[in-house]
Amino acid sequence: MTMTNTAPAATATTTSTLDLAGVSRWYGNVVAVNNVSMSLGPGVTGLLGPNGAGKTTLLHMMAGFLTPSRGQVTLDGRPTWRNPEVYRRLGLVSEREAVHSFLTAYEFVLATAKLHKLPDPQAAARRAIDLVEMADAQDRRIGTYSKGMRQRTRVAAALVHDPQVLLLDEPFNGMDPRQRLHMMELLHSLGDAGRTILFSSHILEEVEQVSGTVQVMVAGRLAASGDFRTIRRLMTNRPHVFAIRSTDDRALAVALMAESSVSGVELGREGLTVRAGDYGAFTRMLPKVALARGVRVQQLVPEDESLESVFSYLVEA
Amino acid sequence: MSTVSWITMRGLFGRRRFLLLLPLPILLVGLAVLSRALGVTPADWGPPVLVGLGLAVVLPVVALIVGTGVLGAEIDDGTVVHVLTTPLPRWQIVLPKLAVAAGATAVTVAVPLFAAGLLADSVRLGAALAVAASVGALAYTALFVAASLLTRRPVLLGLVYVLIWEGLLSNVVTGTRVLSIQHYVIALADRLAPTNLLSTTVSVSVAAVMTALIIIAATFLSIDRLRSFSVAGETS
Repeated sequence: MTMTNTAPAATATTTSTLDLAGVSRWYGNVVAVNNVSMSLGPGVTGLLGPNGAGKTTLLHMMAGFLTPSRGQVTLDGRPTWRNPEVYRRLGLVSEREAVHSFLTAYEFVLATAKLHKLPDPQAAARRAIDLVEMADAQDRRIGTYSKGMRQRTRVAAALVHDPQVLLLDEPFNGMDPRQRLHMMELLHSLGDAGRTILFSSHILEEVEQVSGTVQVMVAGRLAASGDFRTIRRLMTNRPHVFAIRSTDDRALAVALMAESSVSGVELGREGLTVRAGDYGAFTRMLPKVALARGVRVQQLVPEDESLESVFSYLVEA
Repeated sequence: MSTVSWITMRGLFGRRRFLLLLPLPILLVGLAVLSRALGVTPADWGPPVLVGLGLAVVLPVVALIVGTGVLGAEIDDGTVVHVLTTPLPRWQIVLPKLAVAAGATAVTVAVPLFAAGLLADSVRLGAALAVAASVGALAYTALFVAASLLTRRPVLLGLVYVLIWEGLLSNVVTGTRVLSIQHYVIALADRLAPTNLLSTTVSVSVAAVMTALIIIAATFLSIDRLRSFSVAGETS
């Protein structure tokens, strides 16, 4: 597999903030989104949740394609609903794989640039197509593309006007590993350039690789928000699990068992597995205890700080 | 040509359903030519061919296929989102689409009606039918574009209007003719070229006012509905 260099995104001259204030959306008796408030600023944020959690409904409300049953969605203070002006600063890549199959990628992206009334639509279309690495296939009809190529074409169209905010619903669907990697690099580069990027996914690895900041939806509610490692540390009712290797595991195990912040120690061939109730207290105490016993700690790895464990704790809660 | 018109035309003429438009006009001209060749008197074949087929079937059916195709098809397959995620005021989306739909319908229907009118009576009748059908094309397509935004089943709604309201009720219940584009078109054509082949049931003034009202109201409704366009309820 060859690594590709993503063309760097231009730095955003202004930044935009997308705000949701007490947003709910229901269909008859079914509540799809329940009282969600969040504020999205520059950088990449992952919208995570199991299927049916309300991610797509939330994205559609953010993009102005659904009116909230209650609450308000605003982009830089202006509502997104019934306000086409927001699309000067907002781009959307919806989950539905709908593209005008009778156009070529270049025609499609150029048409989008013209609809945005950009001063130099040809240059904007070429730049957007280069950004998603579709230049080689840009003159073929979209109907002949693979799913991943169609997805990249849609991303190019959403980026053609260089929006400050980009919303993507399951953007990695149908992409092969190389395209996925490229898309991740592109999102990183856009986020680093000061754009507000929100992408939804139900695949933890995708979110973990692209973004540390997550908004976790569970059953229509916003279950957690922020950096997932920080979220994990705030879950004080769940003991933190650490893998430790040292010069004398047995002696360290005995010493740790005497500490109140430790709720369990398991001695194995690979070292110790320690469960601690308080992340901060444990990491401050460990060096002192090891030093007092003359044990040198060789490795300390938090074992359940992955997004997967954070997510499973949230879903179980 | 605006980008919206260009995409709409590419979508309309690039889809196979456009081929559905061709048989009806061909049938209309074919029947007129055949009747004329067989020496049937225009008084016998004119009303069923010009009105029964031309104005009651060809015009509304072509308008239905085209009118629901310019926006309804894009709503169906989701491609409308690409046009809607731009800062274009919604009237700049609706008006070009309506213009393309009305133009395509008018060309498809007016040409065979002109030929049939010419064969039945005179150039004047042919021209009157073509002009009246073009006005009718605008009214029908405005109505069907609006239907595309009011319901997920615009073709069904359109067929109910054409077949049940205009085809059945307006022949039985006279009052319903006041809300029938078909009868407006007949009245307008008869005013432009008075003939015994067309029997009018509504006055020209009612026809003109109602046609204008339908076009304006349906267009405003389409623009307003497009402003509030919601993506269908996916809850994943």
